[in-house]
Amino acid sequence: MAKLLVDNKEIEAKEGISLLQACLDNGIYIPNLCHIHGTDNPSASCRLCFVEIEGEDKPIPSCTVKAKDGIIVKTDTPSVRRLQCTAFKLLMSVHRVDCGHCPANKKCELQRIAKFLKVGLKPKYLELHLKETEVDESNPFLDYYPNRCVLCGKCIAVCKDKHGRAFLTFAKRGLDAVVSSYGEKDVSNLPCGKCLACIGICPVGAITSKDSPHQTA
Amino acid sequence: MNQENSLEAEEKVILDDIASRLKVFGRERGELIPILQMIQERHAYIVEDAIKMTAEHLGIAICETYGVATFYNQFRFHPPGKNQIKVCLGTACHVRGGDIILENFERKLEIRDGETTPDREFSIERVVCVGCCALAPVAIVNETVQGHMAPSKVEGLILGFKIEKEKAEREKQKSEPAQ
Ligand code: SF4
Ligand code: SF4
Ligand code: FES
Ligand code: FES
Repeated sequence: MAKLLVDNKEIEAKEGISLLQACLDNGIYIPNLCHIHGTDNPSASCRLCFVEIEGEDKPIPSCTVKAKDGIIVKTDTPSVRRLQCTAFKLLMSVHRVDCGHCPANKKCELQRIAKFLKVGLKPKYLELHLKETEVDESNPFLDYYPNRCVLCGKCIAVCKDKHGRAFLTFAKRGLDAVVSSYGEKDVSNLPCGKCLACIGICPVGAITSKDSPHQTA
Repeated sequence: MNQENSLEAEEKVILDDIASRLKVFGRERGELIPILQMIQERHAYIVEDAIKMTAEHLGIAICETYGVATFYNQFRFHPPGKNQIKVCLGTACHVRGGDIILENFERKLEIRDGETTPDREFSIERVVCVGCCALAPVAIVNETVQGHMAPSKVEGLILGFKIEKEKAEREKQKSEPAQ
């Protein structure tokens, strides 16, 4: 067991787990979207889980460091909050905020983060960049909403984990980047119908089941 | 032959060619990009079914192959048009409104960059600095540099091509009278 000090509170963590996981397990919330429990190579792509660690000169994404014995951590400094707010606003500048019609409404991680950081869901002063395609219905079992997706990659990771290969992938790049199940139309070898793990892990409402469109995690 | 049939026939020729070329490539993942480059080089674009063929050759997922191919700007997924429009979005052109020029072409031709009009007359591409920043914003239309682009020039260029095409068609009709 490692003992560490987070926001002046002593917590215990299993040796080897990430600092983010240790905090979450101890009821200390740190905004995060791309973190996957138990993974050894975090993608650290959402840039939300910053903390300050004593002795380090810059804030660090807490999903990328281990919960080491004796470290002193602050999760709520002004520089941490500034980084989080900026990352969040950038994410929301490519997001169709329409919670009333979204299956994730009230369970959505973005709503939780907005409330936690005390910022609105719609960013001011940033141009909104939405994708033309509102919904990609090409998968026989799933519908995908590019303008809800935060590109955290968790759906791809969970799919690969479950089936040994991913039936989803990132496609294109930059502002056009999407998750795609391109070419996976062969229903006889497509496990999606019985799996739906991606819907369960998606922190927002970006993937829905054609059979039960309102189901989410 | 109608347009669709001739397209199909054309794709078949392309796919046959790719199938024969694939034989010289190994089956390691590292061959993916070289194979895509080979297809693009020989046929100027990556036909949809070629993605599947490549995936099968390498034993990787179709969607993964698609993901890699779409990541690189180098690869096109539509056949080039008879008239190829390249809009420069290098730094100088960008500053001088190159993106507005691109948007003008896109709106006028009703396609997006990287696409080709259904009649195969036009395709639009974005490129980076073509080396004549003093003329920014620049478009290259069929190898001809068009400097100081403006929305009215976009209209003019496209209209010019359409008139030329109509003229050519009229002449064709005249020279081969209906039997
Ligand atoms: S994903 Fe979340 S923030 Fe976006 S529309 Fe759905 S509920 Fe609202
Ligand atoms: S679909 Fe959901 S889980 Fe997948 S990348 Fe988008 S937000 Fe993340
Ligand atoms: S959870 Fe750490 S960067 Fe996304
Ligand atoms: S940036 Fe367009 S020609 Fe140099």
